[in-house]
Amino acid sequence: MFYSVLTLFVLSFIGFYLGKRKSIKLSQNIKLASLPSYYGYLAMLYILIPTLIAWFVLLVGENFVLEKYLFLILKEFLISMSGSEVQLFFIKIKNLSEGASFGNESDIELLGAQKIIQFKNLFLLLTYLVIFLVTAIALYLVNKKISPTFKSQRHVEKIVNLFIQLCSYVAILITVGIFLSLVFETINFFGYVNPLDFLFGINWNPNKAFVIDSSDVIDKDILKDAFGIIPLMTGTLLVVFLAMLVSIPLGLMSAIYLAEYAPKRIRDISKPVIEILAGIPTVVYGFFAALVVAPKIADLGEYIGLDVSSESALAAGLTMGVMIIPFVSSLSDDVIRAVPQSLRDGSYALGATKSETIIKVILPSALPGIIGSFLLAISRAIGETMIVVMAASLQANLTINPLEPTTTITTQIVTALTGDTEFDNPKTLVAFALGLTLFFATLLLNYFALRTVKKYREQYD
Amino acid sequence: MTNLAKRKKAELRFRFYGIFSVFLSLLFVAILIFNICLSGIGGFYKTIFLTSIHFDQKLLNLEDNASEEQIRNASFSKLIKNNFDETFKDYSKDEIKQIKKLFYRKIDIELKNFLISNPEFLNKTTKVELTASTHIDQIHKGNFDRSVQEKHRKVNNFQLEIYDKFVEDQKVKKVWNSTYFTSGDSRDPESAGVAGSVMGSVFTILICFLLSFPIAIFASIYLQEFAKTGKITDLIEININNLAAVPSIIFGLLGLGILLNFFGLPRSTALVGGIVLSFMTLPTIIVACRSSLRAVPPSIREAALALGATKNQVVFHHVLPLAMPGTLTGAIIGLARAIGETAPLLMIGMVAFIMDIPSNPLEPAVGMPAQIYLWSESSERGFIEKTSSAIILLLIFLIVVNFVSVYFRKKYEKKW
Repeated sequence: MFYSVLTLFVLSFIGFYLGKRKSIKLSQNIKLASLPSYYGYLAMLYILIPTLIAWFVLLVGENFVLEKYLFLILKEFLISMSGSEVQLFFIKIKNLSEGASFGNESDIELLGAQKIIQFKNLFLLLTYLVIFLVTAIALYLVNKKISPTFKSQRHVEKIVNLFIQLCSYVAILITVGIFLSLVFETINFFGYVNPLDFLFGINWNPNKAFVIDSSDVIDKDILKDAFGIIPLMTGTLLVVFLAMLVSIPLGLMSAIYLAEYAPKRIRDISKPVIEILAGIPTVVYGFFAALVVAPKIADLGEYIGLDVSSESALAAGLTMGVMIIPFVSSLSDDVIRAVPQSLRDGSYALGATKSETIIKVILPSALPGIIGSFLLAISRAIGETMIVVMAASLQANLTINPLEPTTTITTQIVTALTGDTEFDNPKTLVAFALGLTLFFATLLLNYFALRTVKKYREQYD
Repeated sequence: MTNLAKRKKAELRFRFYGIFSVFLSLLFVAILIFNICLSGIGGFYKTIFLTSIHFDQKLLNLEDNASEEQIRNASFSKLIKNNFDETFKDYSKDEIKQIKKLFYRKIDIELKNFLISNPEFLNKTTKVELTASTHIDQIHKGNFDRSVQEKHRKVNNFQLEIYDKFVEDQKVKKVWNSTYFTSGDSRDPESAGVAGSVMGSVFTILICFLLSFPIAIFASIYLQEFAKTGKITDLIEININNLAAVPSIIFGLLGLGILLNFFGLPRSTALVGGIVLSFMTLPTIIVACRSSLRAVPPSIREAALALGATKNQVVFHHVLPLAMPGTLTGAIIGLARAIGETAPLLMIGMVAFIMDIPSNPLEPAVGMPAQIYLWSESSERGFIEKTSSAIILLLIFLIVVNFVSVYFRKKYEKKW
C-alpha cells in the first residue's frame, strides 16, 4: 500500500518534469500561451486525479469483491451456515491470512486464507497496473495537447477550482453520512421493536434482548417493554438540569462581572483561566467525578443522614455543570459587551446604579443572546458522554430524585456498542436509534439557539 | 435616604455575587488540577528494593561468557528461589512465600534484563533494584491507611513488619519510573506504561491532521473566495455550523456505521480514529481559515490583480500565505480538542487492552484518553495513580500546545 502511493507520487512528479521540459523546448523559438510549469502541472493532474479516483474505487470495492469471491469458491461449505457464522468464519480466515494462527484451523479455513492471500496479491497487481496505465494514457494526452497556443494555465485553474469546490462539499457529505448511517440502522432496529414502544415505553432493560441471541426466532412480546426511551430521557434531562443549575448562575454572573465590573487586568487573567475548564478533556472530568465528587457526595449524604447512591445523577450533573461554565460565560460575555454603550449611559443618566442598569437595561436587551448561549450549553450537555459514562449508573431508573442512580442516552449508546457488537441484534442496533434521537435533539436546540442569537444581532447592528 | 442605602447595599451584593462566581469558577480549575496532580505525581515514581542477588551460573544453567540469546532463554525461577532462601534463612517456607509477594511478580524478567545489560555479574553477587509490588508501592508512597483491620488489607501484618525492616535497613527506595514511559499497557500496574497510548494518539492525530487540514483549507478558499452566494453555498455553511455542534459520540456512530461496517476498514485502528476525528476538526479549521482569509486586506488582492495575476494566482500565491498563521492557530486548537476526545473512539473499538506499542496507523491502538478511561475502570489503587499520571501528561501536552498556538498567533499575526 505504502509503495503504491509512493510510486504514484514519483510518477506524477516525472509527469510534471516531462511536461515542463517539452514546453520549454517548444518555447525556444516561439512564445508560449502559459508559463512552462503550468504544462507540467497539467501532466501531473492528469496522472494524479484519475489514479486517485480509480484507487479509491478499488479500495472500497476490494472487500466487497473479496466476499463475493469467497462465497463463490466456498459455496458448498458456506451454504449450511447462518449469517453470523459466515461473518465469524470470514473474520477468522482474514486473521489467518494476516498470519494470526492458533494452530487449530480446519482445512477449509486454511484454504480460505490461502485464497485471500492470492486475491490480495492479485488486487495489488491490479492497482499497479491501473497506476501505470493511467500514467501512460495521461502522458500521451498531455503530449498531444502541448502546443504554443494551448492555454494550459486556464486548464489547470479550472481543474483546481473544481477540486476545491468538491472539498467544500465534504461538509455536506459528512452530514449525509451521519444521517444515512443513523437512519439505516434505526430502520433495522424498528424491524425488531415497534417505534411507538421505543418512544413511549417506560421500561429500559436491553438485557432482555440478550437471551434471544441463541435462538433465531425473536419474541417480539419480550422486546415490547425492553427498549423504552422515557427513562433515559428523564435521566438525561435530570443530569442536564443539575448541570445547568451550576453553570447558568455561575457562568452568567462571571460574564456580568468580567464584562461590566472587572478591571482590565483581572479580566485578562480570569477569562483564559476559566476557559481552561472547556479545554480539559471530558475523560478527565469523568475520572474526577467518579473518583472525587461521587464519594464526597456520598459521604456528605451519609453525614446528614441521606442515602446517596455512589452513581447518583448529582455527581455527574455537578461535574458537567463545572465543565459547561465557560460555554455560558464566554458567549454571554460577548453578547453583554455587544450591548451599545448608549443604553448604559442613558440608564446612568437617569440615576440608576450599576447593578440596576445591568438587571433592568443590559440583561433584557441582551436576553436573546443569553438564552441562545444557554441553549447551546444545554445541547452540549445533552451530548456529553464521558462524564456520564464514568460517573452515572448503567441501570435505568424512572426517577427525578438526583440522589438515585440514573442513566442517560449517551451512556446507553456506549454500553450498547462496547464489547461484542453483533449487528443482527436489537441490543446493539438500539444505539443508532438513540443516536438519531440525540442528533435531532441537538439539531433543534442549535437551530433555536442560532436563531435567537441572530435575531438579537439584527436589532443593534 | 434609607432607600439610597438599600440600593447601594444591593449594588454591593450584586457585585459580590459576580466576584464570588468568578472566584468559584477559578477555584474549580484549581481544585481539579490540584487533585489530579496530588494523586498523579506518585505515578511517575516507583518503589524498589535494593536486594543483593547472587547470579549463580549453575542455577541458571549458563556457561561462562553466555551470549545474550542464552541469558534470554535461561530460567531464573531457581535462582530467585535460592536467593530468597539464602537471604531469609531465619524464616519458614510459608513466610518466605509471603515475603516474595512484597516484590513484583515478574522480577525474573527484571533480573534477566539486568544480567543481559551487565553480563559481567554472572557468578558474582551484586545489589539489584527490584520493583516492589503495587501494594507495597502504595504503602511506601503513603496512599495507604495502615490502621485498617488486617483482613481488609491486601498486605498482612507480617509483610508490613518485613517491609518496615527493609525501610530501616534503607533497602527501600523511591526511583523514577522509566518503564511508565517506555512500555505499553499491562495487566499489572507495576509494568503498565503510556508509550503505547501515546503512539496511538500520535498516529491518530497525524491522520486527522493530514486529512482535515488540506480539505479544510481548500473548502474555505472556495467558500470565501470563489463561491457565489446561492442555495448550495448556504447549504454548505449551514452544514458546517451544524457539524460543529453535533455531539462527538454521533461521529463515532458514523465511523462505526459507514467506515467499519460499510467500507470494511480495520477496527480499533488509528486510521479509522483519525478519519473520525478529522470529521470533527474540519469545521473548526474551516471557521478559523475563513476568518483569516477575510482579514487579508483587499489592497493585497488588488495589487496582485493589477500586476496581471489570475484569480487563482492571487489566492494561492498571496492571500493564502498571509492567512496561514491564523489558520494554523485554528488547526492547532482543533487538533488539541481532538486529542482529548474519547467518546467517538469508544464507538470504533479504540478502547481495548493492547500490550504492543503500535508501529503504524493500521495496527490496533488506543489513544491517551481511551487509556485513561480504561485504567480508571480498574479498581486497583495502583492503576488509579497511573490514570492520574496519564492525565497530568495529557494536560501538560495540551497546555504546551496552547502556548505554541498563542506564540504562533503573536509572532506571525499581522495587524493591517
